[in-house]
Amino acid sequence: MNLALIALLPFLGAVLPPLLIRSGRNVCALATGAVTALALALLLVQAPAVFRGEVVRASFPWLPQAGLEASFFLDGFGFFFAFLILAIGLLIVTYARFYLSREDPMGRFYAFLLLFQGAMVGIVLSDNVLLLVIFWELTSLSSFLLIGYWRHLPEGRQGARMALVVTGAGGLALLAGLLLLAQVAGSYELTTILTRAEAVKGSELYLPILLLVLAGAFTKSAQFPFHFWLPHAMAAPTPVSAYLHSATMVKAGLFLMGRLWPVLSGTEAWFLIVAGTGLLTMLIAAWIAIFKDDLKALLAFSTVSHLGLVTMLLGLGTGTAALAAVFHVLNHASFKAALFMTAGIVDHEAHTRDARRLGGLLHLMPITGTLAILASLSMAGIPPLNGFLSKELMLEEALHTEWGGTGRLFPILAVLAATCSVAYSFRYVTHVFLGPVRDDYPHRPHDPPAGMWLPVALLVAAVVLIGILAEPVAGPLVRLAAEAVTAGAAPEATLKLWHGVTPALVASGVALFAGLVLLAAFGPIVRLREALWRPEAKRMFEATVEAVATGARAVSEAIHDERLQRMVAWTLAAILAVGLVTGWGGIGTGERPGLPVAPLGLLLWAGAIAAALAVALFHHQRLLALIVTSVVGLIVSLTFVWFSAPDLALTQLSVEIVTTVLLLLALNYLPRESPRESTPARRGRDVAIAAVAGLGVTGLLWAILTSDFAIPTISTYHLAESKPGGGGTNVVNVILVDFRGYDTLGEIIVLGIAALAIFAVLDSTFRGTAVQRLRTWSHEPEAADRHPMMLVVATRIMLPLALMVGIYIFFRGHNQPGGGFIAGLVVGVALIVQYMASGWAWARARTRIDYHALIGFGVFVATATGVGSWLFDRPFLTSNYGYFHVPLLGEVELATAMLFDLGVFSTVVGVVMLVLANMARVAARAEPQTGVPTAMDSVPEPRLADERITTTAPVPVPERTRQEA
Amino acid sequence: MIEFAVAVGFAAVGLGTIFCLIRLALGPDAVDRALALDTLVVNAVALIMLLGIAQATAIHFEAALLIAMLGFVGTVAFCKFMLRGDVIE
Repeated sequence: MNLALIALLPFLGAVLPPLLIRSGRNVCALATGAVTALALALLLVQAPAVFRGEVVRASFPWLPQAGLEASFFLDGFGFFFAFLILAIGLLIVTYARFYLSREDPMGRFYAFLLLFQGAMVGIVLSDNVLLLVIFWELTSLSSFLLIGYWRHLPEGRQGARMALVVTGAGGLALLAGLLLLAQVAGSYELTTILTRAEAVKGSELYLPILLLVLAGAFTKSAQFPFHFWLPHAMAAPTPVSAYLHSATMVKAGLFLMGRLWPVLSGTEAWFLIVAGTGLLTMLIAAWIAIFKDDLKALLAFSTVSHLGLVTMLLGLGTGTAALAAVFHVLNHASFKAALFMTAGIVDHEAHTRDARRLGGLLHLMPITGTLAILASLSMAGIPPLNGFLSKELMLEEALHTEWGGTGRLFPILAVLAATCSVAYSFRYVTHVFLGPVRDDYPHRPHDPPAGMWLPVALLVAAVVLIGILAEPVAGPLVRLAAEAVTAGAAPEATLKLWHGVTPALVASGVALFAGLVLLAAFGPIVRLREALWRPEAKRMFEATVEAVATGARAVSEAIHDERLQRMVAWTLAAILAVGLVTGWGGIGTGERPGLPVAPLGLLLWAGAIAAALAVALFHHQRLLALIVTSVVGLIVSLTFVWFSAPDLALTQLSVEIVTTVLLLLALNYLPRESPRESTPARRGRDVAIAAVAGLGVTGLLWAILTSDFAIPTISTYHLAESKPGGGGTNVVNVILVDFRGYDTLGEIIVLGIAALAIFAVLDSTFRGTAVQRLRTWSHEPEAADRHPMMLVVATRIMLPLALMVGIYIFFRGHNQPGGGFIAGLVVGVALIVQYMASGWAWARARTRIDYHALIGFGVFVATATGVGSWLFDRPFLTSNYGYFHVPLLGEVELATAMLFDLGVFSTVVGVVMLVLANMARVAARAEPQTGVPTAMDSVPEPRLADERITTTAPVPVPERTRQEA
Repeated sequence: MIEFAVAVGFAAVGLGTIFCLIRLALGPDAVDRALALDTLVVNAVALIMLLGIAQATAIHFEAALLIAMLGFVGTVAFCKFMLRGDVIE
């Protein structure tokens, strides 16, 4: 249980910072630190067991049907990483408190940071490989949020996107690789997989597994050729760079390679790919790092180089190399996080981190300078600091490695990389902190508050201590982790500073000397490098993304050409083809006796069919088509009444009216007649397809309506259970708000989203080219009476009556025809007719309800009703009802379903009003209303329009209106 | 007696409905058709009432009430559209 809590605690804690930021920045930072510290404490509680060599496990049922468990385990390697993540996390939280400025939203920052922390701890503690992939992708997502934290910076957004694309794609490859691995090993549990090394290495799927897993690891750990995203991720705030992009997240790839080391390493392919990539990355990145003027870019490339170093060590496949890899992960995390923080301090204090504009800072900020120099020397591999120890181990391993058929190439390249490493480390020292004090800094720097340098000091203390007292301080932890990596094959080596004059020491000395020479010749080398062509990673990446997007667009346009006619034609033709192949089986007249037909009914239905045909024939005359459609709607409503479905009739009637008004509003902006666009041949084809499809549907309906059901229908259940189960006698309403309440909830949410989308689309017409067209647009009205008095009076008298009817229909809906949906439509129509009669400006000025809020309220109430049933330990949306005695009214039934129905009602009213009122607003924009009060208005000055319109530029009065005036 | 009255009522309203449908088909212009639709709505109210009386049930009357109360909104919208172009000004 505790184990899962370590990973989950940061996720739970992530809600704290955004809430507590109101209590101040210190409280916010303290809460974040407390969450991290608690997780760290929970981890340390497990330490004795882990150091005894036990593997702590915890698992929960996830999908028991599929044999999946959400399982966690903690061994030496996991403990090592989790400790690094949480301990450095604690320092970063402290540092960030002082780093972030007053304008930065700190709550959001800490929330993202905790999300990342949880995901990262999740990776290193996961036992189930699918769980691991989920956490893996969560780190990519939280890293995206953190890199793009300063949303206003384009580099931040671009860097975030690039990181997400590269690491996210790698995550998908990793998922595929781990699925294959689990298939081969026969288990999703890492603890089991790790014992099946022979099965995995012997499998013919070994190479695909290796390539896919390495694709995930290399993208995450920024190995060549995927290294380019990491420098661009430096647009993130410095605490993020220090934490994610040097100490922890980029090491997830290394962790994965270390974790799967027992099952994947030791083969020729592993050695060639992993060690080769690591060596190349180490060399290339170290070379580039020398020339980066931006301190963070320099550190970013040096990070890539060091990640390459560890990758290379893991690739070698020997126990000693694995030990060195683990040791270097620890050392690199300590000195690189410290260096990033000092770079952040320099940036914070001097307002620049361009090495060309800095120098002499040691005199101005002695504490920071000393700490930065110590960390840099460790990075360069100078004794007695911890970087020296792991670099010695690395060189020792490299000297024994044969590569490309010779024993020389590998060591030479490794020493070259070490040389570059010395050069950039000393450049960071000499170009920034040494040299004379300048007087042209953008801002006169001095040492920051203790909160900023203390975390650095702690890390540098670790750098020195591990360097001098390697064995007592770090020995047990490193060996524990290395043994877990190698499954017990790690050597019993002790970490020590002095091994005597070994070849590695000589190589180290050569690298140091060559590095200093390289730095001395810095100027000429820079000029030489400037003259040569260099690949530009960002441009190549953008070009690739652009090419992929273009390709995807071409494919989707080829199979989906956005023409409704063509798509409908293909769909219908496909359905007809299926029907023809299956031979129209089952279509015919069934056994069920028919109902008596009234002659008037026949007449009306004939009228409806004729009207439907007329719409198809005359649809080019839009108004005529709409009138005839209304007739069809009316006859359909009458049909519902005839067949005793009053609920459907009421719904059909109200929808009919709303639709008519909506379409008329839209028709105003369209030509009166739509042009003929299709050729006669195509029309013939379409008519044929439509006729056959229509006849087919008729045949199907005929067959169904004349047959009895072969199986018991669900309507029988609904009819029987409506009263005892849902407490209402109106089965239709009980189905809507109770039996199928989940569906209804989804539908009102969709309805609300649609209304907001319509609002957004219409709102955009107030900008850009559409508004130009609207301004020049004019139509000649046939009558000048804008708001006829008779209509105004009639509608205002009608409003309270209609509202009353709406409320009545709402309340009786549970037991008799009605309900929230119909009531909402009735109220909507009653309100919209006020807009029609008295004008948009008049009605808007008297509307205090925000329709957006009304939609939100509706969805909220409906959801809250559903959630409410949790309070009584019942599943979501379980309804309850009871009968209460109310004075004057007598026995009254109250059901929770009614609350739900209230949500439906509010949403429907909000949607109807938002859409219709905004359709009208477009015309109001074209022709600004002066709000001429009619005789009935006592209010002298109705508000012109809502704020959104009045705050924009004043609209020129159209010519015609001016003449009238 | 009531059966006879309902039958006569159905016949009369049915005839009216037929005339409306004919006017709707013939036109000649949109105003005639909108008017035909409006009259058809009135006839629909009558038909529903008659049906309620014939079946001796009150359950259909809400539908009649709704049509009576809101049916004119469609007509108003059509008229405003034809006269002013803009339904909500």
